[in-house]
Amino acid sequence: MTAALELIDVVKEYPGEPPIRALDGVSLRVDEGEMVAIVGPSGSGKSTLLHIIGTLDQPTSGIVRLAGVETSAMSDRNLSAVRSQLLGFVFQQFFLLDGMSALENVANGLLYSGIAPARRRAAAREALERVGLGHRLEHIPSKLSGGERQRVAMARAIINRPAIVLADEPTGNLDSKSGTSVMELITELHQEGRTIIIITHDRELAASLPRQVLVRDGKIESDDGAPAVATAGVS
Amino acid sequence: MSVVAADLSRSKLRVGDVLRVGSLGLRTRRLRTGLSTLGVAIGIAAMVGVLGLSASSQEDLNSKIRALGTNLLEVQAGAGFGRGSGELPTTAVGMVSRIGPVTAVSSLTTVDTTVRRTDTISEGITSGISVFAADEGLLDTLHAQLVDGTWFNAATSTYPAVVLGVTAAEKLGVVDVADGLRVYIGDQWFAVIGILDHVAAAEGLDRAAIVGVAAAETYILGETIAPETIYVRTEDDAVDAVRGVLGATVNPATPEEVEVSRPSDALAAQEAASSAFTSLFLGLGAVALLVGGIGIANVMVIAVIERRTEIGLRRALGATRAHIRRQFLTEAILLAGAGGLVGVLLGAFVTWLYARSQDWAVVVPPVAIGGGLVAAVVIGAIAGIYPAGRAALLPPTEALRSN
Repeated sequence: MTAALELIDVVKEYPGEPPIRALDGVSLRVDEGEMVAIVGPSGSGKSTLLHIIGTLDQPTSGIVRLAGVETSAMSDRNLSAVRSQLLGFVFQQFFLLDGMSALENVANGLLYSGIAPARRRAAAREALERVGLGHRLEHIPSKLSGGERQRVAMARAIINRPAIVLADEPTGNLDSKSGTSVMELITELHQEGRTIIIITHDRELAASLPRQVLVRDGKIESDDGAPAVATAGVS
Repeated sequence: MSVVAADLSRSKLRVGDVLRVGSLGLRTRRLRTGLSTLGVAIGIAAMVGVLGLSASSQEDLNSKIRALGTNLLEVQAGAGFGRGSGELPTTAVGMVSRIGPVTAVSSLTTVDTTVRRTDTISEGITSGISVFAADEGLLDTLHAQLVDGTWFNAATSTYPAVVLGVTAAEKLGVVDVADGLRVYIGDQWFAVIGILDHVAAAEGLDRAAIVGVAAAETYILGETIAPETIYVRTEDDAVDAVRGVLGATVNPATPEEVEVSRPSDALAAQEAASSAFTSLFLGLGAVALLVGGIGIANVMVIAVIERRTEIGLRRALGATRAHIRRQFLTEAILLAGAGGLVGVLLGAFVTWLYARSQDWAVVVPPVAIGGGLVAAVVIGAIAGIYPAGRAALLPPTEALRSN
């Protein structure tokens, strides 16, 4: 298997007196096609881990590779290209833009790739149909239910065929019924072969995923999936 | 399925997308957009309006000067204490016509009498119409036009015939010369043979009844008329030379009692005076524009703070710092540009409105339109630099922190 994500001894310190060590030597490997839950209580460092995996922030030391591309020493400009082409984000608050339709919001997933508007819209239509919202193309986000909004956000996250879909508490703002249906959709996307990493504090949700990585105090406390592969990959 | 570094292309944002993204904030917050463009709109409107009005009034003066001709000179006897009798010698017209570069010359003299529609109307009711005696050459000298009928010739200027000014004709109810109407001047009937169009060079003629000098001498006054005003048309390049010798030609005995003026000079002076106000109002417009620009900078700073998550989202979707900067810079420029457009239209409209009320030709100089739009865009760009820079430097994690 090829690695979609490799973290090797990643440390993240925030300046202060004394400096705050949010991540303390984290090594992690996620293979292509895996679905992984990164779980931990608040303050455990899982948000920092999300930022580092998502190249929204850079580690103080250590190596980060996304689909074989080392991102830990990249310029801000190249990181933008990585986010545009290798990553898809799903956020707890959806982060859809109010002034545009569901279709345009999804098409925004390709906005910074330089693809022509007509092709972006065609791809967005396809992605929305994939998440079961083919009948909601022209609705603006405020006219959609929470579950529908999160589906739009997921369509936006997969439109660029990313190496990794990063979902941060994807059901955190949803009632249990829409939460379940969103998780079903995520599972379907995984079964189609997508690599998905879900960051959550919800142990119950994490338990439903094939692999769970437990983070506490900036370290990986336990990892119940493919540890042998992970260590083999690192060495 | 694995992707290597070489396959990654840089993030790019198409030009059309820059405009679409840059106008998003304006489209979604219309009231704020409208209010924040107002300052620039007022500034640009003031500047375009002032330039338009000054150009229109200048064009009006220019057309008056053209109608007048800069080669027209007006000769009058000096009046007042120690300045002689207020009359020019009767030989004056003949003398002036012998100056080489003079192309046309005519006298015009007030005749102290009244003109009435019929002899049964009281002498006191003059409708403000004055009677003048003129030479045959007056029409050519003043570049005047007839609305109807004919001007005097050698014969009719000795007969009891009259040409009416355009306002006078209206007051006396004369519409068509062919009706063969007569009017009562002094105590003699005069046949109306022509109606003058508006005369730019001598506005008084609009309310005048003009008779030939010989006719006035014979039928009204019974004595020789001394010319009051003499109009002289010269060749274009000889105006000053003619002006120099006119005094001595008209009245060789006391040339200093002759006053020579050039009617176009008065209009040119009027033009110079109005340009002083123009720069004052332009300055006021510039101040309004500056305040409008500061307003836009303010609104943009607030917009950047409000839209942190949008900025974070865009960074997560692959926008570079330059893309974010470009988005907000575009937004500021579009804001100011919209203000500029509204301002130009408003300024042109005000110019149109005022020029029409003054019966001027409407002139909005292209430089005011182009300059107004360019000024607005430049103001927008300057106002946008700081907020756009702040937006670009916002770290993506910071922008998404509400997470």
